[in-house]
Amino acid sequence: MSHPVSQSADKVIDHFTLFRQPEYKELFERKKTEFEYGHSDEEVARVSEWTKSEEYKEKNFAREAVVINPTKACQPIGAMFAAQGFEGTLPFVHGSQGCVAYYRTHLTRHFKEPNSAVSSSMTEDAAVFGGLNNMIDGLANAYALYKPKMIAVLTTCMAEVIGDDLSGFINNAKNKESVPADFPVPFAHTPAFVGSHIVGYDNMIKGVLTHFWGTSENFDTPKNETINLIPGFDGFAVGNNRELKRIAGLFGIDLTILSDVSDNFDTPADGEYRMYDGGTTLEATKEAVHAKATISMQEYCTPQSLQFIKEKGQQVAKYNYPMGVTGTDELLLKLAELSGKPVPAELKLERGRLVDAIADSHTHLHGKRFAVYGDPDFCLGMSKFLMELGAEPVHILSTSGSKKWEKQVQKALDASPFGKSGKAYGGKDLWHLRSLLFTDKVDYIIGNSYGKYLERDTKIPLIRLTYPIFDRHHHHRYPTWGYQGALNVLVRILDRIFEDMDANTNIVGETDYSFDLVR
Amino acid sequence: MSLSVNEGVDVKGLVDKVLEAYPEKSRKRRAKHLNVLEAEAKDCGVKSNIKSIPGVMTIRGCAYAGSKGVVWGPIKDMIHISHGPVGCGYYSWSGRRNYYVGDTGVDSWGTMHFTSDFQEKDIVFGGDKKLHKVIEEINELFPLVNGISIQSECPIGLIGDDIEAVARAKSEELGKPVVPVRCEGFRGVSQSLGHHIANDVIRDWIFEKTEPKEGFVSTPYDVTIIGDYNIGGDAWASRILLEEIGLRVIAQWSGDGTLAELENTPKAKVNLIHCYRSMNYIARHMEEKFGIPWMEYNFFGPSQIAESLRKIAALFDDTIKENAEKVIAKYQPMVDAVIAKFKPRLEGKKVMIYVGGLRPRHVVDAYHDLGMEIVGTGYEFAHNDDYQRTSHYVKEGTLIYDDVTAFELEKFVEVMRPDLVASGIKEKYVFQKMGLPFRQMHSWDYSGPYHGYDGFAIFARDMDLAINNPVWGIMKAPF
Repeated sequence: MSHPVSQSADKVIDHFTLFRQPEYKELFERKKTEFEYGHSDEEVARVSEWTKSEEYKEKNFAREAVVINPTKACQPIGAMFAAQGFEGTLPFVHGSQGCVAYYRTHLTRHFKEPNSAVSSSMTEDAAVFGGLNNMIDGLANAYALYKPKMIAVLTTCMAEVIGDDLSGFINNAKNKESVPADFPVPFAHTPAFVGSHIVGYDNMIKGVLTHFWGTSENFDTPKNETINLIPGFDGFAVGNNRELKRIAGLFGIDLTILSDVSDNFDTPADGEYRMYDGGTTLEATKEAVHAKATISMQEYCTPQSLQFIKEKGQQVAKYNYPMGVTGTDELLLKLAELSGKPVPAELKLERGRLVDAIADSHTHLHGKRFAVYGDPDFCLGMSKFLMELGAEPVHILSTSGSKKWEKQVQKALDASPFGKSGKAYGGKDLWHLRSLLFTDKVDYIIGNSYGKYLERDTKIPLIRLTYPIFDRHHHHRYPTWGYQGALNVLVRILDRIFEDMDANTNIVGETDYSFDLVR
Repeated sequence: MSLSVNEGVDVKGLVDKVLEAYPEKSRKRRAKHLNVLEAEAKDCGVKSNIKSIPGVMTIRGCAYAGSKGVVWGPIKDMIHISHGPVGCGYYSWSGRRNYYVGDTGVDSWGTMHFTSDFQEKDIVFGGDKKLHKVIEEINELFPLVNGISIQSECPIGLIGDDIEAVARAKSEELGKPVVPVRCEGFRGVSQSLGHHIANDVIRDWIFEKTEPKEGFVSTPYDVTIIGDYNIGGDAWASRILLEEIGLRVIAQWSGDGTLAELENTPKAKVNLIHCYRSMNYIARHMEEKFGIPWMEYNFFGPSQIAESLRKIAALFDDTIKENAEKVIAKYQPMVDAVIAKFKPRLEGKKVMIYVGGLRPRHVVDAYHDLGMEIVGTGYEFAHNDDYQRTSHYVKEGTLIYDDVTAFELEKFVEVMRPDLVASGIKEKYVFQKMGLPFRQMHSWDYSGPYHGYDGFAIFARDMDLAINNPVWGIMKAPF
């Protein structure tokens, strides 16, 4: 059992190499054979093959109850994200405290940024008597310690199951002077057992707007020349919102992004920690009722909000994570139509440069088969962009996707010859996708970090283009929207394709005739 | 090194000043959790394991996190159902680096997320029927699963579901353990109660209902590793030392662990416990029920490793004792070289720690081995016995903070300006932006292992690379 010490001070080896040393390999083997009482290697290999079969796929798709590796989170994280896009806003999550630790962790791991939110820390007694006292004390503490300009209240499923009434509780807390009577405390009920994070986003946007705009219908609200835009839940929000502001600037449009996290989720390192930074000002949020129109970048993140906005007499327009040339064209034409201003020459030039890049690279994209998964809007926008590149979206999957969404995807597929092999899978999860990838192969997967297990199992290269991206850094700082964003996405896809080509052609004397210097 | 820290710093004054920001009621409550360690103190003089105050940004998690995330989740050949709405399982999916060897999706499921994905109708009509179906589908799609655990999320306990009845029926039907865990997130004050509940379920649903494996042959040298979650391979870097001194590790709880290892644990001669906080309950139970003694050990840093190896060996015969000395001697040259290389770069550097479990005390001597000083430490979810076990590790003048709030920690760090903050992902970017080197001490910042002699070299390297990276020198623009 005695081996020399592999570790050394000169060249410290960590988990990447330490456990490949003979002493650890032997340790693994001893543990397995003497103590684990596992199944035989043959049995494991047999079942492993079976999970890749058509028969397994059928069983897998017959599932009615268990959900395995879904592409959705629960409502509160979406609501928290939406709240964090407003100036000086502290989300206050009413319910169990562990939830907040999870939301903060998840967002932090993606953005590599601090994420601030508080909990009302309800426990057993609150489950019995309700969480009113937690709200009263919690608002007072949060206000005193963190000096927010606004506190946005949302709920965990615990508070929803016991039926706590946010509106009544907040009034009660104000009566007890937890926060000043005129201090803004918008709220949204966000039950985790209804919809997903995209519904939570919608609920919070509507909650904030309701607070500032009032609940009543008023189709005659006076209008001005400003335009509102709601980005939706977007892991690339830092890059994307800044790109949208740049585009609006080129147009000369007075654009209000309703929930702009771009600065709050991208603060500088200069010795000072900013708990809040940027965001849609409360004044602008209040004034936004007078905008002539509101654009939603993600239809499925905003159905109730848009309905509410319509009732204030605004025009609304909705998109599905518009990406690529025509996706951006449509957005810009809408901005031109709403503002009465022409599309700026500079953007036309950017369009031309993007198309030039696509033309330069189309040979590597044409006919390539892709699986795409993520939120409903992302899947739509991504699939359309792929078809524009001559690539074929084959499996398009979203656990948050509805029947309506499936039809919408089908319509987009039907509109292009590159959509012929495509099919939408709403309400399905990544374990379903695993079966699809084994039984109906594609060349590339587009998704998020969770897809790395699919990449490992199927050996199909993964391109990370949607939330959450935990294991690659800083991509969210670059836009995926606009012509510039489309160029970024194009390069990301191409890089992965070229890396994959090189990785598959690099055996000396065997495959390296295809290891081309020029591609 | 001196016998005290923070000399010449008015730490008590700092605590008072930070407390001023609270409304009166909360100030009084928080004051009990903050203290400056006095000489010869028997404990740290703070209250612990008390409800967090609403609205203050506690860093704590919940009972579900303690059970699914810590104790049960790493058991690799079982499937752990996050029972309730989709979120809890989603956020905890692959979040901890509980390394394991296995064919994921076939005979191991550690990096997967299984949920009953509760919808409104399940809340209204109850979820037991759905749970039956979830378990049936799991067993059909994953026939090599050796057992299933039901990890309750908040709604389960509120709507009155009878998951125990489902578990009994399904265990019988499948001929495999199906265990119900009542770890709803609203229970208790932190993840700590989740650990306790999870331990109790192992007692009641594994020990009471299963037997050690037939054909298991005991030896006089059988021990277990309890309370090591194998973050970045920690349990392996510990196991190798125990094996080298001649012991046989018959079970690992629960990093890289299996159901069979849980079942065989009552065969151990002694249970060796690393994370006392999360697994002392089951060790105490086995002591009472099976007469198995247990011992807390510490494999962080060479001083503690040598001491622990000798204490462990003392429970066995002379051969083991001699082996322990040989193993300590074998690693000593590597340890000396590591200290010679890194100590000059780290000596005198001040550290503030805020984590959970065992680390706020167990890592202290590893830092001391490198010549570093601990100026503040605290636990997320400790009990009084943890603070009793802490006072002999830290020095007079150390700032102690229990269940610290984001506000307090930020203010303490701002004034005390340590050279390193050792805490979690939620804290990391706050302090880096303030210009302070930081290491995540839950996930080892995606490095590790940190346990054992092999781990110490990595620990030393990582503290050096954090503290001595040039980025901290370019924070201020020259204009």
